[in-house]
Amino acid sequence: MLETLPYSNAPVPVDLTINGQLHQLAIEPRTTLLDVLREHLGLMGTKKGCDHGQCGACTVLLNGERRVSCLTLAVSHDEATVTTVEGLATGDELSPLQQAFLEYDAYQCGYCTPGQLCSAQGLLHEGHARTRDEVRELMSGNLCRCGAYPHITDAILSVLLTQQPTP
Amino acid sequence: MRNFGYLRAASAAEAVQAGAAPQVQFLAGGTNLVDLLKYRVEQPAALLDINRLPYQHIEELPDQGLRLGALVTNAATAYDARVQTRYPLLSSAILAGASAQLRNAATNGGNLNQRTRCPYFYDVAAACNKRQPGSGCAAIGGHNRGLAILGTSESCIATFPSDMGVALRVLDAEVRLLGPAGERVVPMAEYHRLPGAEPWRDNNLLPGELVTAIDLPPAHFGQHYTYLKIRDRLSYAFALVSVAVGMRLDKAGHIQEARVALGGVAHKPWREPRAEAVLAGQLPTAEVFGAAADELLAGAVGQGENNFKLALARRAIVRACQQAAAGTPQSQSDKHIR
Repeated sequence: MLETLPYSNAPVPVDLTINGQLHQLAIEPRTTLLDVLREHLGLMGTKKGCDHGQCGACTVLLNGERRVSCLTLAVSHDEATVTTVEGLATGDELSPLQQAFLEYDAYQCGYCTPGQLCSAQGLLHEGHARTRDEVRELMSGNLCRCGAYPHITDAILSVLLTQQPTP
Repeated sequence: MRNFGYLRAASAAEAVQAGAAPQVQFLAGGTNLVDLLKYRVEQPAALLDINRLPYQHIEELPDQGLRLGALVTNAATAYDARVQTRYPLLSSAILAGASAQLRNAATNGGNLNQRTRCPYFYDVAAACNKRQPGSGCAAIGGHNRGLAILGTSESCIATFPSDMGVALRVLDAEVRLLGPAGERVVPMAEYHRLPGAEPWRDNNLLPGELVTAIDLPPAHFGQHYTYLKIRDRLSYAFALVSVAVGMRLDKAGHIQEARVALGGVAHKPWREPRAEAVLAGQLPTAEVFGAAADELLAGAVGQGENNFKLALARRAIVRACQQAAAGTPQSQSDKHIR
């Protein structure tokens, strides 16, 4: 049946701009964006927690929007731009969120932190959170097994409240 | 996961022809499908990526309704100013579901076509008539805390987990399909199926058929509505019971029209005309809402672990109707139920 259809499970050419750098890759269809980042490109900042979209540790910014990289196939994202935790800082200058996570002690073990940071960056970009309740709700896709939620929320709120409203 | 073939559909016509082949599945946001591939619950020979097809917009309809493109994300739909203003019930229901990351990925068409499911459906070592026809149902007599109390059969008690779908059922939305034989329109009421003897058929899509849009009719319940979702944690969990209500009151405070649908309790969003007939013309009181709840839950049967859903659903219906009548819809960020 399938011999008559133009399908192949061979690697597919995919161009991805990751943290500002273009990568021209050939990727098996089954490969998730998360596995491309970690296994193909050695970008270990993005963490594999549950690998089923339930914990948020693998959150990255895909074309500027926060997504769980474990539940999307890289072949779907030819010509996309990706920002991982490695791309949040400008040189040695931490992003406001990264600085706030330090100041508010917004982690214990740190495993969920890359996902928390990327998710919070996406939340700021979306502009739908104004209150503590809204931050908590809109960060509910990022689990922290250490239970650092109050400090994580404080850190995000501190940036939110100093941020100029986006036009 | 096992590898598979991959093709980007260049046109809708190509997609519906190629998608009609067995063992070929459409790929949109992938939030459910990629997960099922990892568990080897789904093992297609090839995926047909439809993400570049032209169903990316929300458009006005001539009758003052709204057309939601099938590939618009759940997030873009929920935060669209027209949806928020005119269909706040839909916006609220979408925001009650999943997480921000998943809503950024999940599409409107994919939300409808996510699998109706249960933990045993995901466990390839367990009996499941939905995954493996004829193998039995491990959920009946097993762990079924989250599962269905209405419309079940001897072969399946799985639930359709969509929140969006419950609101669409109340709004009498219509699903626009394109298939090898052309276009057709299916009302939400007839889109999803009860399990019956064929629980592997979640919906009435024919081979190759693709959702192109969801049409919302003009009646939108902008004032009296609520989406009340009861779950085991405050956020990012499937509903044990959810209730969508749209209501219109006259100047004297009588209910002109009320629509009520339940999520988390059946193989499809559950709505019952007899329950709504109980409400029409009445003043909004707990007694009237209770009587409507009894009609909506007529025939409900607990499966053991989920017996609590019978009482929980009745109370949730009454509370949701009170919220809608009062014009004080449930907030999806302040979790207090008032």
